[in-house]
Amino acid sequence: MSFDQNAFLIIITAAMIAISCGLLGVFMMLRKMSMTGDAISHAVLPGIVIGFFISGSQRGLEVIIGAGILGILATLVIDWLRRKARVQLDASIGITFTLLFAIGIILINLLAYKVDLDQECVLYGEIAYLPIDLWLTKSGLNLGPRILYLSLLNLILVITFIILFFKELKVTSFDENFSKVIGIPAGLINLSLMSMVSYTTVSSFEAVGAILVVALLVVPPATAFLWTRKLKLLIQLTIAIGIGISIAGYYLAYFFDSSIAGMIVSVAGIGFLASALFKSKSFFSRFGTSRTSVSFEKTV
Amino acid sequence: MEDFVYFFTFQDSSIAFVVIGIILLGVGSAYVGTYSFLDKKALLGDAISHAVLPGICVGFILAGEKNPLFIVSGAFISGALATFLSSWLNKSTRLSEDAIIASILSIFFGFGIVLLTIIQKSGNPEMAGLNQFIFGNAIAILESDVYIYGGLAVFIILCLTVFQKEFSLLVFNPDYGRAIGFPMGMIRVTFNVLLILSVVIGIQAIGVVLMAALLITPGAAARFWTDRLGVLVILAGTFSAISGVLGTYISFVIPQMPTGPWVVVFLSIIALISFLFAPKKGVLSRYLSRRIYLRKTHRDHLLKLLYKGIEANKPGLPIAEIHEAFPFQKTQTKQSIGNLSKDKFITQNQLVIELSSTGRSEAKRIVRLHRLWELYLNEYMNIAPDHVHDTAEKLEHLLTPEMEELLESRLNFPKLDPHQENIPRD
Repeated sequence: MSFDQNAFLIIITAAMIAISCGLLGVFMMLRKMSMTGDAISHAVLPGIVIGFFISGSQRGLEVIIGAGILGILATLVIDWLRRKARVQLDASIGITFTLLFAIGIILINLLAYKVDLDQECVLYGEIAYLPIDLWLTKSGLNLGPRILYLSLLNLILVITFIILFFKELKVTSFDENFSKVIGIPAGLINLSLMSMVSYTTVSSFEAVGAILVVALLVVPPATAFLWTRKLKLLIQLTIAIGIGISIAGYYLAYFFDSSIAGMIVSVAGIGFLASALFKSKSFFSRFGTSRTSVSFEKTV
Repeated sequence: MEDFVYFFTFQDSSIAFVVIGIILLGVGSAYVGTYSFLDKKALLGDAISHAVLPGICVGFILAGEKNPLFIVSGAFISGALATFLSSWLNKSTRLSEDAIIASILSIFFGFGIVLLTIIQKSGNPEMAGLNQFIFGNAIAILESDVYIYGGLAVFIILCLTVFQKEFSLLVFNPDYGRAIGFPMGMIRVTFNVLLILSVVIGIQAIGVVLMAALLITPGAAARFWTDRLGVLVILAGTFSAISGVLGTYISFVIPQMPTGPWVVVFLSIIALISFLFAPKKGVLSRYLSRRIYLRKTHRDHLLKLLYKGIEANKPGLPIAEIHEAFPFQKTQTKQSIGNLSKDKFITQNQLVIELSSTGRSEAKRIVRLHRLWELYLNEYMNIAPDHVHDTAEKLEHLLTPEMEELLESRLNFPKLDPHQENIPRD
């Protein structure tokens, strides 16, 4: 167990990704759209692969544009299937994301020799290589890890988005019809939230993998939701959980010599299940007390 | 072409085994998936299919090799744990169902990835085979695998067929089932066991990430063709089997291609065709029938307008006046006039349109239905005369001759409608 510069960089990056995902995840959860987040993070894959193919590197803007387009396309397809073809919502989500993900995997295999991307990277990324993946200027100046900058930019954009549209996001999440009445374009707000999710997925997927982004989108907000009903507190708690799981996940992964992203999610999962157990109805009835601070002391 | 013949004549017995295996598992999972689709729990299948990954890894660690028995049991246990956890969370917390499913899915998958990397770093040479469980490789199915996976698929199909009544109750009306004395809790547990089993048998060929498609897509596609449960299940199974064989063929021809994605692509193509072109429920046929209906209603309204002209002692109406009566519908009105003169319902004399004798009796029929319905609403439903027009405006296109007869006899062949207008008869 050591605290060197690399560990610090990895933890900082992971925490920033976890916070970006968690902030968006709070609103996804309140809109009961957690599974749509899951669908988007699968569905951006073909966009990423095509972007890689066109730009020839991971650094291209094409990748982010490609993924953004696919993410929005996925939400539109889900909506079209539901409204126009009248497929029930859960099935339209399932059909859309499996198809797009399948196309992505096929593209990876077709372009295997032209694209520096493999199935494993898509699945669980490798944040461990972050310190050696440096951003070098043309003159050879070392500016530090590339992904650190990507996730910092992402975090800034997500925070700006949420601060700018906080009122709109809040109103549309809780009462869509009311928001329409007072003149907030609910559809547009929804679409921009989805775009932010797509962008965050792409920007994070090199580090934690496309599928594990889902975990960071869903699990910290769900855990926080078990503890509080106040939106501000929910957001603060989500951020705290994001930072906590990044630190604990890194050191546990170091200890067991395993995937860091996977371990961060596992820690988040343990936290989630423990919170659920602690906050569950049956847990307290066993002690014959109500949910008060008194029972808290007794159980601890 | 040579590959094609070689593959589909099954000269190679291992190909025959692979094809039998994939057909059985396709039919089995489509069968279970159709029920969970009808139950509106399609995404639970997705959660389970991601959640079996840690079980596969634990099975592998315990066996030290890719032993199908260990892997199947491991996968089953972790799938069962995930199902249990999600139903427990649903009961005892106030999280919404989609948040629970997404959490369970990603937590189990994340833990699976941890185990996978630990196995990877242990340097076990059998490790290479384990990655296949993520995206699937049907070609790697061996004879011994077929006995296990195929046997389980047959078991699932038999179970669902024998207990069809119980599972139909579960998805369509569990409260009624409970009321007539069926043990619905037991049936739910049994169904979940079958659902997990169907995921488990698919992981080798399709892979954990895409297994959800095999559960969801066939049922959703088949639903567009039929309303009968028996036909639905058979259609879903057929779609799934066809896609399975085609996907296997692709990964036979291009060896580095995983099977799962191709099966999903073929399945989705079938689903898309169903959504668009299925008779009655397809997007295209609903669009067409809507257009035909709108055209008919517009035609009826035009006839009514001309008939009212006759009632007001104007035997013909100028085209300009007709257009004025239907604002913002210029093209439709033109089209209706064209259609009506083709059917010889109207005659056009310079710019004045008149009803022909057949047109007059058709117009009379519509006006009669409209006024009969107004009277019926007024007399039998006690609706005020100034409130009956809008409903009658819609129903006049739908009333059949049988209903007309019934209305006539119920209302005792009336002369006047609630607005004191004459009910015309031939």
